[in-house]
Parts: sequence; structure tokens; C-alpha cells
Amino acid sequence: MAEHFLGLDRSARTGDRKVAWCTSVGPAELLRAMDFDVYFPENHGAMLGTTRLAMDYIPVANAAGYSPDICSYLTSDVGAFLRGATPLTRAYDIRSVPRPDVLVYSTNQCRDVQEWFTFYARRFGAPCIGIAAPRSVGELADAQVDDVRLQLEALVPHLERVAGRPLDVEALKRTVGLSLRATRLWAEVLGTAARSPAPLTFFDGAIHMGPIVVLRGTQQAVDYYELLLREMRERVRDGVAAVEGERHRLYWEGMPVWGRLRALSELFASLGCAVVASTYCNSWVFDAFDPSDPFRSMAKAYTSIFIARSEEVKQRYLEGMLERFAIDGIVFHDSRTCPNNSNSRYGLPQRLQEATGVPALVLDGDLNDLRCFSDEQARTNIEAFVEQLGG
Amino acid sequence: MSVATGDTWAGVDVGSTTTKAVVIDGRCEVLASHVVPSGTDLGRAASTCLEEVLRAAGGPAPRAVVATGFGRSAVKGADGAVTEITCHGRGAFLEFPEAITVVDIGGQDTKVISIDRTGRRVGFRMNRKCSAGTGTFLEEIAHRLGVPLGDLDAMARRSKKAAPLSSYCTVFASTEMLSRIRAGEPIEDLVRGAYESVVRRVVELTALRGTVVVTGGVVAFNPIVAEILGSVSGADVRVPRRPQLIGALGAALVAKDGLRVHQEQEV
Repeated sequence: MAEHFLGLDRSARTGDRKVAWCTSVGPAELLRAMDFDVYFPENHGAMLGTTRLAMDYIPVANAAGYSPDICSYLTSDVGAFLRGATPLTRAYDIRSVPRPDVLVYSTNQCRDVQEWFTFYARRFGAPCIGIAAPRSVGELADAQVDDVRLQLEALVPHLERVAGRPLDVEALKRTVGLSLRATRLWAEVLGTAARSPAPLTFFDGAIHMGPIVVLRGTQQAVDYYELLLREMRERVRDGVAAVEGERHRLYWEGMPVWGRLRALSELFASLGCAVVASTYCNSWVFDAFDPSDPFRSMAKAYTSIFIARSEEVKQRYLEGMLERFAIDGIVFHDSRTCPNNSNSRYGLPQRLQEATGVPALVLDGDLNDLRCFSDEQARTNIEAFVEQLGG
Repeated sequence: MSVATGDTWAGVDVGSTTTKAVVIDGRCEVLASHVVPSGTDLGRAASTCLEEVLRAAGGPAPRAVVATGFGRSAVKGADGAVTEITCHGRGAFLEFPEAITVVDIGGQDTKVISIDRTGRRVGFRMNRKCSAGTGTFLEEIAHRLGVPLGDLDAMARRSKKAAPLSSYCTVFASTEMLSRIRAGEPIEDLVRGAYESVVRRVVELTALRGTVVVTGGVVAFNPIVAEILGSVSGADVRVPRRPQLIGALGAALVAKDGLRVHQEQEV
């Protein structure tokens, strides 16, 4: 990861390589195949959350006209930029986020990313292009996949202009192949938690997911997950538990509360609960990548993600996960500023509980804005939930 | 669990506003109870409250003490700590042993707790991080209107027609009330409207099923809340004999059950 950020900093300062900003579930493979150095602002947002620097910078963005009710990744990131600050300074001695030559978004997760990228496009005078992705997708139709494929292909001339070179389709195929390998390994890593005791938790996964987000399409990501998978298999073989005396197995649905990752991890562990699986970590598992058909398979992969699906598809997915991971209870994080990834707002917890009998807890909070999170209320909710499970 | 006569158990419920303690005997009868303001030192409030209740109960020390409530972790010397969600469920079920929905309206939060006919909790919902619909809301209203908190219930009962408040936020609701009183609306109607606001926050938390049992300090001193809840929800709404003590009673029941949170009644 250090190499990733230092490389980006070097590219932006020297101009050796063009820098592209990309949404976390955006067409990173296309950008890498064209030799862009790829930077992911959502990853930066999560860093602002985990370091709790977000709380210093969200008000700055609010004062600049970005509402406290919109994505707090956006507000913490924009606020930090307006203050000339970044957690990369402390971590890697990097002064600022890398200046973009182009910004590429997909609205498959939400529309806020478009506004977010547009802010920077205006500031840097860089082109901002993207994909208007279908949302609330039920059964994925060919027409929807083709729509996104055509939009992906339409990005190419713009990117070629910025890159100053044509797209090498063979390079794209190789990149999609590397993404496929990494994503399969990541899926296997997460799958080891189906064993009891689970060798890793959602909280571990929220850290280990870094490479699948920011290094997808590279050999480093493949190497990282090969190593991690070996370690997880050893832990399974040796019966090493992520949570000693695993009494209850829980599922986390929704965004992490980045500024309380450790506190929540310790709280659940102290109650004998292993949060063994999550939608969030699995959101970077893309089954559909196919190196022989890169554009269409990317379109399919990036359109079939959970967050872009209908309530019915989401329920079906969650039912499968609850069964596969032998879940005793599911925690829905209702993240105040992230309506698109708060899946408790249209009755899903109630329907899921009715269908599966697995009790659900809805926890109010936020991904980055800790003003929306109450430690005491969260603790009481979680403890009461565990008592209900048979504490 | 069979115990010798004379054995006692204690529960202490350290709430955001008041701390309550009860001592029960082997038949789950309340031998003594005590309430003190929680103040800023929750550990001290709990110690004082427990000392007083044990003195009032007399006899030997209780077999076990369980702490609950917002300040449960601040109680020194307790044998265990259990959430108030479990304890209100346990306490309410003792008096109403059927499928019930417990509505606990406290100083800073409101909980809706679903209990099945065996006494097992099957779900719950707490208010969001906001004081709307809690005792603090009523305190703020009384403060801004310059009337004693204890007078609000009687004032609302003099109302002929509730004046609904449009604001969700406690602070904005109280300023809205002041503006409307200045504009000539009867204060009684606005106070009644404030109570209806509390109830609306409750009914929108989750669906109320079965008999509804209202517990906590707010209904203890503002019984009109239960009446309005009944008329708004259409549910059969009951209030236990000592609504403010239900959390502490539940904690004592958990203490008596050897810290098991689920009650053991057979169907």
C-alpha cells in the first residue's frame, strides 16, 4: 500500500505517469491497462474515517456548501482538501492527494461520487467522465449490461486522449485476468470464515480489503491474497479463532463505522461474538470478470454488485449468506449519510427475519460522521441484541 | 429455582435522570424500593440508592445484585450488568405474563421491546441519537414554558383540542410552542400537542403488537402519555403498578435467576 501511495505521489509530482482518479467499483482495469496510476478517493475517505480526522474536516465542507446530510466520505475528503490536509502526510510523508489528469466515476454505488469527482475536476481543471449505471437492478438484463458496456467503450477515446496512447486490448485482457484472480482469492479468504471458529472477522476484512480496492488488476493484489489465503487456511487447520470462545456468529450489513472499527471489534469480541461475514467486504468479489470478453464482463461485474440491486435480489443474497456462514444474528448499520448502502430503510430487516428467523438489529450510525453515532446507544443496542440471542 | 424464605435479590437501574433500586424476595415481591437523582456521579448515585434500599428492606445482604440502565457499568460491587432492554422486558412480563410490547420512555431514550408469550424477548428498537420523544423533551418544554414539570399532565388534561407540533427537534418544538402561545393559541392545547409528539415518536419506532405495557419515569409522572398512546395506536395499553421501577425490578429478577437474562417460565 505504501508503494501504491508513494508511486502516485511520484507520478503526480513528476508527470512520469498520468494519474486517474477512480471510484472504488469503477473501471480500474481499463485505467490500469492504459498505464494510468490509479487513485481511489473512497479509500482516502475511509482513511479519514479510521483516523477520525473526518471530524475535523466535515464541518469545513459543510461550511463550503456541502450538506451534513450527504455522503460523509465526500464531506470529509473535500473538507480535508480545502484545509490542505491528508492522512497520507502522517502515514507516508506525502503532502497532498495526487493531482488528477482525469477523473472516472461510475454511479453504480451512488450519485454522490459524481458530485465528489466534479468538485475536484473543477479545482484541478481536469476532465471528469463516467458511467451512469443502472440502479435497483432486479434480474440483470442483457440490455442493461450492454448499456454499461457501450458506456465503458465510449470512455476509451477520452482516456486515449489524456493518456496520449491507444488502448492495448491485450493489456486490458491481462488486467481483467489479474482482477479475476485477485477477486477469487479474496472470495476464498472471506469464505474461510464459514468455518467455526472463524479465522477472521469482518473487522479484519475491512482492513485486508485494501488491496482488492486499490490494487485490483495488479500482480501485487494477487500475491497479497495468495499469502493471506495461506495464512487463513493455516488458522483453520490449527483451529485458531479470531474471537476466542466464539459463541455467536453475526453478519454485518452496510458500511463500517470507520472511526469505531476497533471499538466495535473489541465490543463484539468481549461479548463472545464473531462478526464472521459482511456484505461490505464481499462487495469486491466480482464473479463475472472474463479476460476473453473484457468490456462486457466488466460491465456485468460492475452492474451486478449488491448495492446496485433491487430489494428482492438483496434479500435473496442475504438469505444465502446467513445460511452459508451459519449466522445467529444480523446487524444492519443504518449509515446516516449513506442511504444507498443502508439497507434497513425499506423493510428488509423485517422481511429477512420473517423469512429466515434470524434476528436483526438496526444500528444507527455513520461511515465517517461520528456526530451521527452514539457510543452508549450502540453499546446498549449491541449488548441487548446479544442478550436476546441467548447471552 | 428454589430458594430459602428470606433470601433476597436486588436490582439497580442507573438511568440518565434518576437511579432506581428494588429488593425482591423469593416470590418476586418487592420488599423495598428507592429512587435518587442520578446527577453527575453515576457510581455514587448507585451506591446511595442501593444502601438506602437495602436499609429499607432490612435483613441480610441480598444474594445477588444486578445493575442495569445507562450507567450500569458504573455500579461497583454488582454481580452483573444487563441492559435495560432486557430488564424492562423481564419486569413488565412479571406483571403481564402474556405476549406484550413494552414501551419504556426514559429520560434520554425510548425503547420498544417485543416479548413473546413465554417471556422471551424477540425484538427491540431504540430511538435514534435524538431526544425527541423522551423525558428530556418534556423537561425542555416545561423549562421553556416556565411551568413546573409536574404540572404538564394536568395542563394537557384541560386541553379541548391538541395543537400538533410540526417540529421533530426538541429545541425547535419548544420555540415553536412559544411562538404559537404568543400568537394566541391556548397553552393547554400546545402541551397536549407536545405529549402527542412524544407518542408519535414511539409509534413510528416499530409496530406495536399485543398488549402494550408502558414503563419508565415519564409515564410514572405523566400518565396521560399512556392514554394518548392508547388512542393513537388503538392498542390495549397498560401501565404497571410501579412503572418507574420496572427496570430495577427486572434487574432483580435477573439476579434471582442467577444472571440468566431469559426468564424460565414454561408455556
